[in-house]
Amino acid sequence: MSVVIILIVASLAVALLFLAGFVWAVRSGQYEDTLTPSLRVLAEDPAQTKQNPISETKSSNQ
Amino acid sequence: MSQKQTKLRQSLPAKGDSGRGCFHCGEPCADGSFLLEGKPFCCFGCQTVFSLLRENGLEQFYQLQSAPGTRIRAASAAAKWAFLDDPVVAEKLLDYADHAQAKVTLHLPAIHCVACVWLLENLFKLHPGVGKSQVNFARREAAITFSPGKIKFSELAALLASIGYEPQFTLGGTEKAKPSPLAKKTWLQIGLAAFGFGNIMLMSLPFYFGLDTFNGPWFKALAGWLGLAMTLPVVAFSASDFWRTAWFSLRQRRLTMEVPIALGLAAIYLSSVWEVLSRRGPGYCDSLCGLIFFLLCGRLFQKKTYDRLTFDRDYKGFFPLSVMRKTVAGEEAVAISRLLVGDKIILRNGELLPADARLVGGEAYMDYSFVTGESEPVVCEAVRHLYAGGRQVGGAIEVETVKPVAQSYLATLWNHEAFRKNRDHDLDSLTNRYSQRFTKLVIGVALATEVFWIFADAPKALKAFTSVLIVACPCALALAAPLTHGTAQRILARRKIFLKNALVIEHMAEVDTIVLDKTGTLTTAGAGGVAFQSAKCEVQSAELSVEEGAWIASLARHSTHPNSVRIAKALGAANLPVAGFKESPGCGIEGEIAGHKILLGSRAWLEQCGVAAREDARPTSGSAVCVAIDGSLRGAFALENSLRPEVAQLLSQLGDRFELALLSGDNEREAVRFKKLFGERALLKFNQSPADKLNFVRELQSRGRKVMMVGDGLNDAGALKQAEVGVAVVEQIGIFSPASDVILDAAELPRLARVLEFSRQGARVVRAGFVISAVYNLVGVSIAAAGLLAPIVCAILMPLSSATVVAFACGATAWLGRRLQVDKLPVEGSVRHNLQPSAFNLQPIAKEAA
Repeated sequence: MSVVIILIVASLAVALLFLAGFVWAVRSGQYEDTLTPSLRVLAEDPAQTKQNPISETKSSNQ
Repeated sequence: MSQKQTKLRQSLPAKGDSGRGCFHCGEPCADGSFLLEGKPFCCFGCQTVFSLLRENGLEQFYQLQSAPGTRIRAASAAAKWAFLDDPVVAEKLLDYADHAQAKVTLHLPAIHCVACVWLLENLFKLHPGVGKSQVNFARREAAITFSPGKIKFSELAALLASIGYEPQFTLGGTEKAKPSPLAKKTWLQIGLAAFGFGNIMLMSLPFYFGLDTFNGPWFKALAGWLGLAMTLPVVAFSASDFWRTAWFSLRQRRLTMEVPIALGLAAIYLSSVWEVLSRRGPGYCDSLCGLIFFLLCGRLFQKKTYDRLTFDRDYKGFFPLSVMRKTVAGEEAVAISRLLVGDKIILRNGELLPADARLVGGEAYMDYSFVTGESEPVVCEAVRHLYAGGRQVGGAIEVETVKPVAQSYLATLWNHEAFRKNRDHDLDSLTNRYSQRFTKLVIGVALATEVFWIFADAPKALKAFTSVLIVACPCALALAAPLTHGTAQRILARRKIFLKNALVIEHMAEVDTIVLDKTGTLTTAGAGGVAFQSAKCEVQSAELSVEEGAWIASLARHSTHPNSVRIAKALGAANLPVAGFKESPGCGIEGEIAGHKILLGSRAWLEQCGVAAREDARPTSGSAVCVAIDGSLRGAFALENSLRPEVAQLLSQLGDRFELALLSGDNEREAVRFKKLFGERALLKFNQSPADKLNFVRELQSRGRKVMMVGDGLNDAGALKQAEVGVAVVEQIGIFSPASDVILDAAELPRLARVLEFSRQGARVVRAGFVISAVYNLVGVSIAAAGLLAPIVCAILMPLSSATVVAFACGATAWLGRRLQVDKLPVEGSVRHNLQPSAFNLQPIAKEAA
C-alpha cells in the first residue's frame, strides 16, 4: 500500500500549485473589484465588438 | 405660477425624465435655446459633450441610460491642471511612468452608472494618446494608461473634466489611494482555510469509511501529522481575527460573542494535537478547517451586505437639503448633491456650509460647534479657508466652494456626540449587556455538557462541548436589527426621508404622541399673499416707500425663516449692506441699514425692544410680522397662511392612532380653524416661545409619552432634540438641524402616517428575525448538548442561520418598502401629468392662480 504515499505527495503537490495560483490571483488584484465586471458586461453589444480589435491593438501596444 | 412650477419640478426625480430635461444630464432646461438634432440641452457645456461624443462614435453612452451625464460647467480652464505637469507632483500621483507610457489611477467622484463605466473604458476613442482604461465602480476610480508624448497628464485631466468626470486629487496626506489590504487578506484567509479543509478531508476518507485498519497504524500517524501541519497555518492565519478579537475582549474584561468561538477552536486544535501525540487517532483537523472556512464565509457574506448598505447610503441617499447658488441671472436653489466645485453660494444666518469653501463677500462668523464642540463662533477673514460643517451666525455671506460636497461627512456630523440624545436605554449598551449575559450562559451550558458527558460517555464529551460553543454563536441575532434598519433607512432615503441613523426607525416605532409646529410645517411658506398694513400715524403714508421697502427686503434676505423669505420675495431683490444683523429665534431679526435701525418680528418682541405698539395695526387673518424703523412702529405685514395640501387628510389619519398637539409661535387667531383640523382631543397651544415648546415636550415625556416633534428646525431646535424623534421638515432651502433625527422633504409630509406605519412594521420584522435565530439556537444547542451534532455540522448550520435571517430581514423590509412606494404612485402620476408639455399645463395652473 505504499503507493498511497506517492498519491498523497502528488495530490498535495497539485493542491499546493492551485493554492499558489489562488494567492497569485488575489495578490494581482483580481478580487479587488467584483462589481465593475458585472456592469461592464451590460455595456457590451455587437456594434462594439466590431471595434474591439482596435482596442485590442491599442492596449497591446502599451 | 413660477413658484408652482419650481415646486412641481422639485418633487420630480432629478434624472431620467429625458422627455423634458437636458438630454445629457437630465436637469431641467431653463429655455429652449440649446437644441441639437431635436434634443434639448440645459447649457452649452452639455451640448458640447454630446457633439464630442457623437463625433467620436460614442453615442451608445446615451442608450445605456437616459440622461447619464453630469452637468458641465463652463469649460474648465486647462491652466487649472497645469500643476500636474510638475515632475514632482506627477511622480507622486502616477502609478508608473517611463518615456513611452504612464499609468495613473484617478478618483472620479462623478462615476454613477453603467454608461459612465462604458464611456470611461472607451476613452481611447476620444484621444489617440489614451490607452487602456479600467474603471473600479465601487471605489469610483479609473486606472488609465496614456502615452505622455501624445497627451500630457494635465491634458488628460482636462479631457476628463470636459466630459464631466473631473478628477479629484488629494495632495498631501494620501498621495496614492492605497488598495485596501483588508479585502485581500480576507480572500487569502478563506482560500487557505478551503485548502486545508479539502486536503485533510481527502486524507481522512479512509477513516470516514472505516478503512483505517486496512492501512495500518502508520497511515493513521502520517495522516494525523500531515493534518496538524496543514491546520497550523489555517489556525494561525485564517483564524487570526478570532484570536485577536477574543483576546481584546478578554483584556477589557468583557465577554463578547467572539470568546466562545475562539474557545471552541482552541479546544478542537489542542485535543487533536493530544490525540496525534498519544497515537489515539488522526484528530479533528478536517472539522476544524471546515469550521473556520464556513465561519469566514459567513463573515464575508455579512460584510458584503453591509458594504452594499453603506455604499447606497453614501452615494444614493442624498440629504434633501439645498442652498442658494448665485448665478448670472440671480439666485437659485440647488440641492447640495448637485453643487459643484467653484459654485458661488449664499449662506444665510444659521445655514450650514456643505463643502469646504473660500469667503468671497460678507463677514463670516463660523460656528464650528458641530465639528469641534466649541460653540464660540470664529471670525473669518476673507482669505481664510472655511471648513464644511461650519454654520454662519449673523448676516448672509457669499462663499465659493473649493471642494465637492461630502455627503458621508455631513452624515458623520449629524451623528456627532453633541447631538446624541441622552437616553438611558441606549440600544448600543443594551446589545453589549445582552451579549455579556448570553456568552456567560453559553459557556455555562457548554461546561455542563462537558461534565455530563465525561461521566456518561467520555469520548463524546469534547465533541458535544465544542458543538455547543460553535452552534450557539448568536451572529444571526446580532444581524437582524442592523440589517432591517439599514434597509429601511435606504428605502426612506430614496423617498427623501433622511434618517440620522438606522436606530431612529426603532424609536419611530415607539412613538405615541405627535407634536406639530405650525409655521413652515403645516403651513407652507411662499404661497399666499403678503400685504402691508401701515400703522396709523400722522406723518407716515399708508404705503411703504420704495426706499423703506428696499431696507426691509435687504434685512429679511439674511434670514431663512419662512416669513422673512416671503417678505424678502414680495419686496423685490434689493440688497443693501446690513450692519449688526442679529436674529432672535422665535422673535425676529434686527439690523442697521443706511443708518436706520430696523426691527422685523413679532409684536411682543418689538414691545420688548421698546417699540410702542398700537392695537389698530392688527391684520385680520394669517400671521403678522411687525416692522419698526428707528424705534417707531411702521406697520405690519399680513402673511396669509395656506395649509400644505393633504394636511387635513394626514391629521385625520394620525389622529386615529396618536395623540396630537399643535404648537405655534403665532397668536390664537387661527385657533378655530386648527381646532377643526385637529379634532377635539388635540391640545393646541399658541404664542409659544422656543423654550415653551421644549418644556411642553419635556412635560409630555414626564407623563411617560414617547414624543415625536415635527418642526422646521428654526425655532424649535430644542424641542426637536428633546423629543424621542425630532423631525425637521425642509422646503427648498433647508437649514441643517443637527438636533433632528429625521429630515423630511416637505413634499413628503402627507406620507408621514405611512412612514410611521412602515417603521412599526420594521420593528415587527426585527422581532421576527429574533425569533428565527432564537429557534435556530435553541434547537441547535439542544441537539449539540445531546452529543448528536458534529462540530462541522454546527459550522455549516451557523452561517446558514445567519443567511436565513439576513435574507428575511432585507427581503421583508424591501417588500414593505415596495408597498410604501405603491402608495405614492397616483400622486406622482398626477404631478408628471401636470408637467408634460408646457403648452398644456398653462391652462390648469392659470385656473388655479385665478
